Amino acid sequence: MAFAVQTVDINGCKLSYRRGGGGAPLAYLHGTDGLAEWPAILDTLAERFDVVVPDHPGFGASEMPPWADDVSDVAYLYLDLFETLDLSGVHVVGHSLGGWIALEMAVRSTARLRSLTLISSAGIHVKGVPKADIFMVDPEDLARLAYADPKIAEEAAARAGADKYQDLAILNRIASARFGWQPRFFNPRLERWLHRVNVPTHVIWGEGDRIIPPAYAEAFHRLIPGSALTMIPNAGHLPHVERPPAVAQAMQGFLPN
Amino acid sequence: MKVMSFHLMPYADLDLGVKDKYRTVWIVLPNSHYDPQKGHALYNRYLDELELCAELGFDGICVNEHHQNAYGLMPSPVVMASALARRTRDCRIAILGNAFCLREHPLTLAEEHAMLDVITGGRLISGFVRGVGSEYFSFGVNPVDSLERHQEAHDLVVQAWTRPGPFAFEGKHYHCEYVNLWPRPYQKPHPPIWCPSMGSVETLEWAAHPDRKYVYLQAYSPAEAVARYLDLYRELAQRRYGYEASSDRIGWSTPVYVAATDEAAVNEAREHIEALFNVFLPKQSELMFFPPGYMSPESLKRALAAKRGHRGGVKIEQLIERGVMICGSPDTVRCRIAECHHRMGFQEFVCMLQFGTLPAHLTEKNIRLFAAEVLPAIRALTDRDYRGFELPRVAAE
Repeated sequence: MAFAVQTVDINGCKLSYRRGGGGAPLAYLHGTDGLAEWPAILDTLAERFDVVVPDHPGFGASEMPPWADDVSDVAYLYLDLFETLDLSGVHVVGHSLGGWIALEMAVRSTARLRSLTLISSAGIHVKGVPKADIFMVDPEDLARLAYADPKIAEEAAARAGADKYQDLAILNRIASARFGWQPRFFNPRLERWLHRVNVPTHVIWGEGDRIIPPAYAEAFHRLIPGSALTMIPNAGHLPHVERPPAVAQAMQGFLPN
Repeated sequence: MKVMSFHLMPYADLDLGVKDKYRTVWIVLPNSHYDPQKGHALYNRYLDELELCAELGFDGICVNEHHQNAYGLMPSPVVMASALARRTRDCRIAILGNAFCLREHPLTLAEEHAMLDVITGGRLISGFVRGVGSEYFSFGVNPVDSLERHQEAHDLVVQAWTRPGPFAFEGKHYHCEYVNLWPRPYQKPHPPIWCPSMGSVETLEWAAHPDRKYVYLQAYSPAEAVARYLDLYRELAQRRYGYEASSDRIGWSTPVYVAATDEAAVNEAREHIEALFNVFLPKQSELMFFPPGYMSPESLKRALAAKRGHRGGVKIEQLIERGVMICGSPDTVRCRIAECHHRMGFQEFVCMLQFGTLPAHLTEKNIRLFAAEVLPAIRALTDRDYRGFELPRVAAE
């Protein structure tokens, strides 16, 4: 599936996004690794949806505007993006950091949202259940932690080791730190507003997630009214990359065309 | 040249075997490895060592700040400077430095430095640092904002020291409705500000700016890197800012060990300096040294390239060879410092006479021998002994 790279100016931020496919709009919000590795599941989704995949501010080819201090700024930016592109009824799929951004959007306004899919999402803190500190471990070790399958993990570690001093990897880490350093990848004020998420929400998690443990899946499921929960066996923090058929199937049942 | 004595106050009683288990003595080494009884003896011993330096005529004694580690046990250098303030009479007391930007409210440190300056009758030197990368883990402060917070905290503190209060400070990171410091500092316009650094172009550009002209102090590094950064101060001053930097703005800090002969010096210092470089200094990962955003991507790549060559298992011979430390007979040490001075022209020299696990008796011997045999000679070095600065044809940055 061909995705076209486009740029749009939102509030002075040159935002890069890729767009492909056709159908109802679906926005995919990436995690802290950005889109250096393109999740193949997006090609599958583009067979049914008009898939819009932005680089978050500071990641990939998007600028870091001087005003982007935290995830709430990114949430407002994407609400503006939907307005600018005149997208409505958007299925928002967010992975990790991207799930957190999706939730910050949804508690502010679901006017242009049709559904929410949260894959291994950040954004809240479950007391006594630590997340892995992605800033403390070297990229190779982090890649090993991210996958359940040791073979996939080793391959990812080799790629992470080769890329870690590349500009893109450095800039993605800086942007991740800007939005997620303190407190680590959550907003203490988000949880109390999750009842405002009034669109169908699907929580998808890898059973073997060692970055954000499955206890977080249960917490989101409990806190978001009427949400569905799907656990993916034999998957770590990137179930949609590690087990694309299982995740695609789970999404198929949930996302109306 | 002014010569000062610096102490890191390491936890010298550390069981060095912990390195194998934890890979680092920073952040993750459980504090159950710290014994307060031994710590009591160490703090008092180290303070005695600095007081001895003051008695023996050093121009100053220096302390600094680190957190959650066994490498340097002064989370608050103000506490140490306060302990030294009333036990010394003439020498400067330098905090090299304090990380104002790690504090939610930098005015607490501004007040404490002002108190110290007033108590000592103007003997304080205030070092402004950002803290090493690992400090951003310990404090939870976002490293991405580090430089901006550092510069803004500096503006707030200097204004607090110099502007009549009360006034409002309206910054991005710090917003204070009432700034009105009691006491104001003793020195006019304020205590001298130093910028200690492991080597950073950003710090040099900031320190050398004509509004500041602060002392840049290069912390222990290979001699080649020291020369590059000290020359860069002069180059930035001349090329970018259009003035000639004075040599008294330029400082070098390095571990020094003196004994009767070169051989004795190497033998006595060996295990202790190697403990510093192989146990106390290493971090668990590169990210612990350089968290994201702590420095620009260009500086990060330079710093990582410099580090990659020097991983673990360092020997004292290499440290001497690369000029990271100065070690030898009084004659060797005098000559080495004079050579470096001839090449780099620093007028501030800060020596670290205790390092790693160096025990009390060797530290005292080192201090006394340095004070008797080295200090008088190097103190006499002036700009006339410096070969002078020549602007490179191609900008070094």
